[in-house]
Amino acid sequence: MAPSFLFNQFMGGLTTAMFLFLIASGLSLVFGVMRVINFAHGSFYMIGAYLAWQVVQWLHPAAGAFWPAALFAALGVALLGGLVERLFFRHLYGREELYQLLFTYALVLILGDAAKFLWGTGQLSVSTPPVLAGSVEIFGTAQPLYNLFIMAVGPAIAFAGWLVLNHTGVGRMVRAASFDREMLGALGANVGAIYTGMFVFSSFLAGLSGALVTPIQSIVPGMDVLIIVQGFIVVVIGGMGSFWGTFWGSVIYGQVLSFGILIFPGFSLFSVFALMAVILIIRPWGLFGRPI
Amino acid sequence: MTGRRRATLASRIPWTLIVFLAAATVPWIGSRYDTFLASQIVIDALFAVSLNLLLGTTGLVSFGHVAYFGVGAYVCGILMKTYEVPFVLAFPAAGLGAALFALVSGYFCVRLQKLYFAMLTLAFSQIVWAIAYKWNDMTGGDQGLPEIPYPDLDWMSAIPGFGDLRIGDRFYLLTLVLVALSIAALHMITRSPFGRMLTTIRDNPERAAFIGLNVRAYQLAAFVVAGTFAGLAGALYGLFSRGVFADYVFWAKSAEVIIMTILGGMDFFWGPPVGALALVWLNQQITAYTEYWPFLLGIILLLLLFLFPGGIVGGIVAGFRLARRRILRRDA
Repeated sequence: MAPSFLFNQFMGGLTTAMFLFLIASGLSLVFGVMRVINFAHGSFYMIGAYLAWQVVQWLHPAAGAFWPAALFAALGVALLGGLVERLFFRHLYGREELYQLLFTYALVLILGDAAKFLWGTGQLSVSTPPVLAGSVEIFGTAQPLYNLFIMAVGPAIAFAGWLVLNHTGVGRMVRAASFDREMLGALGANVGAIYTGMFVFSSFLAGLSGALVTPIQSIVPGMDVLIIVQGFIVVVIGGMGSFWGTFWGSVIYGQVLSFGILIFPGFSLFSVFALMAVILIIRPWGLFGRPI
Repeated sequence: MTGRRRATLASRIPWTLIVFLAAATVPWIGSRYDTFLASQIVIDALFAVSLNLLLGTTGLVSFGHVAYFGVGAYVCGILMKTYEVPFVLAFPAAGLGAALFALVSGYFCVRLQKLYFAMLTLAFSQIVWAIAYKWNDMTGGDQGLPEIPYPDLDWMSAIPGFGDLRIGDRFYLLTLVLVALSIAALHMITRSPFGRMLTTIRDNPERAAFIGLNVRAYQLAAFVVAGTFAGLAGALYGLFSRGVFADYVFWAKSAEVIIMTILGGMDFFWGPPVGALALVWLNQQITAYTEYWPFLLGIILLLLLFLFPGGIVGGIVAGFRLARRRILRRDA
């Protein structure tokens, strides 16, 4: 195999990885702090994609419509997440995990159909913003600029998240909430507000990643349930609740998928789920997480 | 004291027998479509009861129960279609295949706590899905296994009154008998000392371990039993729908059967069958008017979670208790 082919395969895997990282980071954060598996995260991602498309339609003539659309989508989904948390989810914190899981699944059903109702069942697409439309040549392969942009956004968000979590007062509160919610509350911190904030931020990331994926993937119903399982795989590999864990989990996932196709054609789907099962069996807290 | 006398009278009526006999009359008094719906309800009931052995009785939240259903469906379908094995052998083989897979996967799953347990069951079910989707030679891949033959049911003609039944009706009656036997077996298991131990483990695993129970072994045993009966339900479903497809094993199906169980009431043995009946009936009513069935299912789920966590049977039982208390108070 030619080195340029392998490099292309590697870059393809890395692009997949960074997209998944954007999605999975929010998922991992909610799990780490709130101990909730949020099935609706994929639905938030899908709503983000549809909102971005909608805003691009509204602003149609403007060439730079993509950027405000992405921002609007992320903020819109953040608002949706905040409402969901304030109105419904907080009433389930004391209940069993089953009820929390099923609540997020109810959202999957409702948001999935709401999207079909509002935007139809056809494929929608958004064109790449003109600034990032071209491609550059690296090692004799053509790499689309937009993919390179995503590859830069992923680590930037990981780094910012790590910085906030480990070196600011807010981050300390969030980490404390993930260790011992009651103790933090007893010390006078407003745990409810921290939870709402976490959920809003996680939804923001979901909406943003949904918007950013639109130039390279068409928007279709069903993208929510397909992406959420991939998000779970990444979060499990890296360790639920760990920012860098999720980052490396995405990188591993992307490369296994990308090179798995070369080694066992047709069985790359199997290999990622098998990887998820193996990690859960030998290190349930993931490669980079800590045991709970 | 009329309330108490009424209660004992009610408990003396053999309800399960009445329901079984009523269900058995469907091919004669109902339309072809009624038989179709009844088959679906009966199979779903077994699937949901098998899940509830984990969910309600043992307190294990499995998000991948559809894997065992799917293994059963594929084992039975492949044996009957590709290898032309008769149903009498293929059906137990489906249960056995599901049991073996449940033993292997469950061995790892029961080692994990709560959310991790749910995630690992989900991972195993997606492994089954990925294999079903990609192993073209054996499972038919994304095309699935269409046109699985019905079992040979000509012998039923010998029974008086069965002569002019369609093959679909005959298969429904066979399904009904097999499901009734399976549910009876699950009922015995739930009521046995073994079943009581499972409930003890659900309520307090630490205490169960202190009194000398091997918690994981019990959980694994429950997992295998639940998987076996899910496999039998899957085998029947594959024959009923005349084909096995990879979609049957996709993770969202696991959520559906959980909803069915909760809708009926997971604290009651008869909750899941009631949930199966209610969900299939509702689906049939609602899809006649609108394509947005998932939306309504989501709303139903929200109502259940926030207003009626006991499900239908839980609600009925609570209503009866309230009524009886009223009657007793009036008599006093």
